[in-house]
Amino acid sequence: MLKATDLSFGYSKARPIGHGVNFSVSAGEVFCLLGPNGCGKTTLFKTLLGLIPILDGRLELDGHPVAGISRRSFARRVAYVPQANTAYFPFSVFDVVLMGRASRIGAFESPSRSDREIATAKLEELGILHLANRAYTEISGGERQMTLIARALAQQPALIVMDEPTASLDFGNQARVLNQITALAGTGLAVVLSTHEPGYAFSCADTVALMSKGTVLATGAPDTVLTSASLGSLYGVEVAIARLDATGQGICVPVLARRGPVKPI
Amino acid sequence: MNENQAAGAGPADATQGRRWVGWVAVWILFAAVAAIALVTGKYAISPQDIARVILARLTGTASGVPATVETVVWNVRLPRVLCGLVAGAALSAAGAVYQGLFRNPLVSPDILGVSAGASLGAVLGIFLSLPVIAIQGLSFAGGLAAVALVYAIGALARGRDPTLVLVLAGIAVGALLGSCISLLKVLADPYNQLPAITFWLLGSLASVSRGDFLSVLPAMVLGLVPMVLLRWRMNLMTLEDEEARALGVETARTRLVLIAASTLMTSAAVSISGIIGWIGLLIPHIARALVGPDFSKLLPASLILGGCYLTLMDTLARSASVEIPLGILTAAVGAPFFLWLLLMRSRRGWN
Repeated sequence: MLKATDLSFGYSKARPIGHGVNFSVSAGEVFCLLGPNGCGKTTLFKTLLGLIPILDGRLELDGHPVAGISRRSFARRVAYVPQANTAYFPFSVFDVVLMGRASRIGAFESPSRSDREIATAKLEELGILHLANRAYTEISGGERQMTLIARALAQQPALIVMDEPTASLDFGNQARVLNQITALAGTGLAVVLSTHEPGYAFSCADTVALMSKGTVLATGAPDTVLTSASLGSLYGVEVAIARLDATGQGICVPVLARRGPVKPI
Repeated sequence: MNENQAAGAGPADATQGRRWVGWVAVWILFAAVAAIALVTGKYAISPQDIARVILARLTGTASGVPATVETVVWNVRLPRVLCGLVAGAALSAAGAVYQGLFRNPLVSPDILGVSAGASLGAVLGIFLSLPVIAIQGLSFAGGLAAVALVYAIGALARGRDPTLVLVLAGIAVGALLGSCISLLKVLADPYNQLPAITFWLLGSLASVSRGDFLSVLPAMVLGLVPMVLLRWRMNLMTLEDEEARALGVETARTRLVLIAASTLMTSAAVSISGIIGWIGLLIPHIARALVGPDFSKLLPASLILGGCYLTLMDTLARSASVEIPLGILTAAVGAPFFLWLLLMRSRRGWN
């Protein structure tokens, strides 16, 4: 569906932020991008969304160059879930979700009854219909993230790009969002996301890409790509990887220095 | 709100009842303000006579009231009330658009230098002792030219945040034009020109005629049409630029249209009334508090409340023994009210 071939990206051709990026995402696939701060993930996402032009190589959506697709047609196929930290005016959660319909409504039109029904349905699907009339500025970070996912779903896209969807969420909300991502992929939706928790890739991703200094070091299934050696060199810290006996879920933690004598628990 | 949800009303309809009451109240306010403004004046005229004159003129029949009364109503009072309604509505609508576009509730319609440009045009006209119509024309052209200049600079400086670049360019261009105005004030004849310049810069509807109202009407309508058509799109323009584009909005084009429309309306208002501050900043706030941030409701609410506010202030201004410039009144009433709003609202965010 979305395919990058030898992609260079950034703001100026003289100093590209990243280069030589190859990957493709197909329907129902969860593609997870890992990398330290400043490795170019956010710029790559903006490039994938067609918000900044590519510098070199090819970026295709359904076989067509992204640069040649109008914002409107692009938004019908690809939705974006930004980090939920900006809100200027107290639009209701319902109105925010309704904004997801923009690419399917003419510039001079207002949302129709069916648009409102779709927005309501997406709120219900994500279990946040009770928030519909609350002001977006007054709900919690987790509720905002869910609202933005509902807005993306209201676009009825084939692919969703999520920039650190679990950032600044509490423990429970992180799990809720991850489960939601897995559920969405189950319905055939492709998901591209970035995260700072490598362990999450074990449970939700089909493909993992490790990114460093603008290039992709390794791409593949989580079990092959995520090793303590690869993550150790990516983040520059010692990393331990284990599997939970009970569920087989992979976990991934940095090995931390301890302070003082260890007391038995 | 919780009761509505429990009753199982759809999210869209939950607050419908409250809104309906609000709209009726707003329209009653509008009618009351227009009536008070028409009846109030140095020359006492009964409400019946005013209604008779307007009705007769509109139907083309004889009114049967004294000619002086007819002249006062038709040539002085009605144009002044209409100009007040239109100028106030235009400044408020432009303010609502700008506050949304620049995602900042403290923005007013002159953020991109429209007032500074219009002032320079008018001051130049007064300085050159041009006729009133030329002064108005220069002011209108000056406002449009200033914003066009700011926009061109913004387009040249391809920053990552287009709205921030526009605001900064607006401040710089505004300061430059302000220095030109100050220079002209220093050079102006202190007995004839300077008082006229000062009076104009403080805003007044004292000399508006029926011709003024009719001459700005096309610009007002032309500016209002895109706002009405783009009323839902406008909501998306309050998001981060990249977020809105990811939702499928061609933000550059939409922003240009909305800025052009707001500038047209502001320039037209300023060209007949002079600089009247505070309306474009204050009224959208009140409207937002009453009907919420959805532009399809915010626009009509801003239009009506803005028209009412300016007309009311103008009625107050001309009721004083010496006519007070409008800008002084709108600031004297608007600023304390705004501060009160700030203290009330700061506890739960801009609403």
